[in-house]
Amino acid sequence: MNKPIPVSDFHAYPDVHGRFADYGGIYMPETLMPPLEELTAAYLALRDDPEFIAEFERDLKHYVGRPSPIYHAERLSKKIGGAQILLKREDLNHTGAHKINNTIGQALVARRMGKRRIIAETGAGQHGVATATVCARFGLDCIVYMGAVDIERQKINVFRMKLLGAEVVPVVSGSKTLKDALNEAMRDWVTNVADTFYIIGTVAGPHPYPMMVRDFNAVVGREARAQMLEQYGRLPDVLTACVGGGSNAIGLFHAFLNDREVAMVGAEAAGEGIETGRHAASLAAGRRGVLHGNRTYVICDDQGQITETHSISAGLDYPGVGPEHAFLKDSGRASYVGITDDEAMAAFHELARTEGILAALESSHAIAQAIKLARSMPKDQLILCNLSGRGDKDVQTIAAHEGITL
Amino acid sequence: MTERIEQRFAELRKHGRKGLIPFVTAGDPIPDATVAIMHALVAAGADLIELGVPYSDPVADGPTIQHSSERAIARGVGIERILAWVAEFRATDATTPIVLMGYLNPIEIYGYARFAEQARAAGVDGVLIVDVPVEESGSVERLRDAGIRQIFLVAPTTTELRLAAIRKQAQGFVYYVSFAGITGATQLDPVEVRRRVDHIKQGGDIPVAVGFGVRDAATAVTVSASADAVVIGSALVARLAEAEDAESAVSVARDFLAPIREALDLAAAA
Repeated sequence: MNKPIPVSDFHAYPDVHGRFADYGGIYMPETLMPPLEELTAAYLALRDDPEFIAEFERDLKHYVGRPSPIYHAERLSKKIGGAQILLKREDLNHTGAHKINNTIGQALVARRMGKRRIIAETGAGQHGVATATVCARFGLDCIVYMGAVDIERQKINVFRMKLLGAEVVPVVSGSKTLKDALNEAMRDWVTNVADTFYIIGTVAGPHPYPMMVRDFNAVVGREARAQMLEQYGRLPDVLTACVGGGSNAIGLFHAFLNDREVAMVGAEAAGEGIETGRHAASLAAGRRGVLHGNRTYVICDDQGQITETHSISAGLDYPGVGPEHAFLKDSGRASYVGITDDEAMAAFHELARTEGILAALESSHAIAQAIKLARSMPKDQLILCNLSGRGDKDVQTIAAHEGITL
Repeated sequence: MTERIEQRFAELRKHGRKGLIPFVTAGDPIPDATVAIMHALVAAGADLIELGVPYSDPVADGPTIQHSSERAIARGVGIERILAWVAEFRATDATTPIVLMGYLNPIEIYGYARFAEQARAAGVDGVLIVDVPVEESGSVERLRDAGIRQIFLVAPTTTELRLAAIRKQAQGFVYYVSFAGITGATQLDPVEVRRRVDHIKQGGDIPVAVGFGVRDAATAVTVSASADAVVIGSALVARLAEAEDAESAVSVARDFLAPIREALDLAAAA
């Protein structure tokens, strides 16, 4: 539909207005514009502050447990019989996913800005848990907005957040899921703007969030790039990662964006199949629009109303996607494909049986894509797949999906 | 013909009156009653009508307008029908300005060129797109080019620098959000509102309407002391939601607005 945009330096984005070419920006009510400006200024200053960087890196190392290894899934690769599949083990981080990279970063920004009240939205509960975790770690008040439907689906994560001292507020408006939790968090912020810091969990939302969340997760790709050179003496041929809002994918992709020989494929949730309409593949099957403060690809009807999405993986169940991914799609730098619930489930089992790793259902989409790609690639090629989270949280969903009573 | 908003504020100023701006969600509570409700509001003293374009994700709105939008969407209300209602209203009311208030995505998906042309033809005078701040107003350039006024919000958090930028782009009037919060909340601080509105007016002669937190004659009178107009939305939308048929919706609208009009005129004359 759109002609690819020639880009000389992918690291030059976003511009000062938070735009990634045609995407991103700040589409927010006036009340929140000054606090967003304040946040942008504070973050840009901290980004270059050696003390802040050292503080962030110290926590990544000693609290999160970084660097996370790159693991060669040898038995899986052998079974597929094509390219070698390497896993970036973000599932080994504290709290079990990449999400903590971002929440630590933002909590440190909040602390520097003197904000003691933290709010967050969560879908599956992973970002909520990661936020509650860092709030406990830094002694900050934590309020997590969560759709009433999701609260019912994710009882264990709700309890986990409460154990960590967070207040979980059920959201009963709209579809009672992630997008509505985001709306409600925005409403809280607009009301309590003076003392409150909003920790957004993905690379969406208004500027500076897509940039800031990316920067905090970009440690994944920086590490991976160095590890590839050290362990394999070269860069991978392809990167794969799952894309809901897109934070783990941009985290892995970003350091490699100017390495044009490295291909990148994002795996979106095709749910029950894109043709059924029950999916969450904003890039593969959505259209250009505006949602939650940025211009991007969205899933909406002909009246511009955001529609309900579907994925077996709650973390991918979102009708928008980070603006940088929209930009990478249009520029042709990355491609985005849909992986169905069934394909993700099959990949989950394959990895569990061949490597002894239970992947999160989100990450299982990336594994499925890696397996698909490996089949048609020669054995000496390398696919680096972001194993963004562990699957312990999903065992109940998987049991229910397969008709098993625990 | 495209200057209804300016004319209306000039008339108000000339007669020493305060503007009364009711907000109703288009198509709620009964889609076919919208035009009749608009006429009833004018008969009860409305100077300008804000017609809400329902959206699935209204981040600046409280529960009353959220639910009202959900009801309208469930009944299939979209831009095409709303513009048809505006045209129908215009057939018998050539002077009352109409401002569409809503969020960007429905207009984006409808198409800017198509929206601009059809909205103008229908008799829409302005738009207030809640999630389009001055920085992003390039998105809606085509609407401005078509003569549709761009109404911007000013908030208690708005800085001097931003206020200057808003003044430069504002058309028709500016809408001062009386407190940092969502529509329908009740945190009005009259002294602070007065201070801010006076400050906004010092920098130019664009009229200032005040909204958020105005819910009855008393709050309307308080706010109108400094403002050129008051906007009243959630309280009216909540009343309308209880109406069982078109006829009762029309009388609810009239009975709600008339005493506010009376109180505003009494206060202005005093």
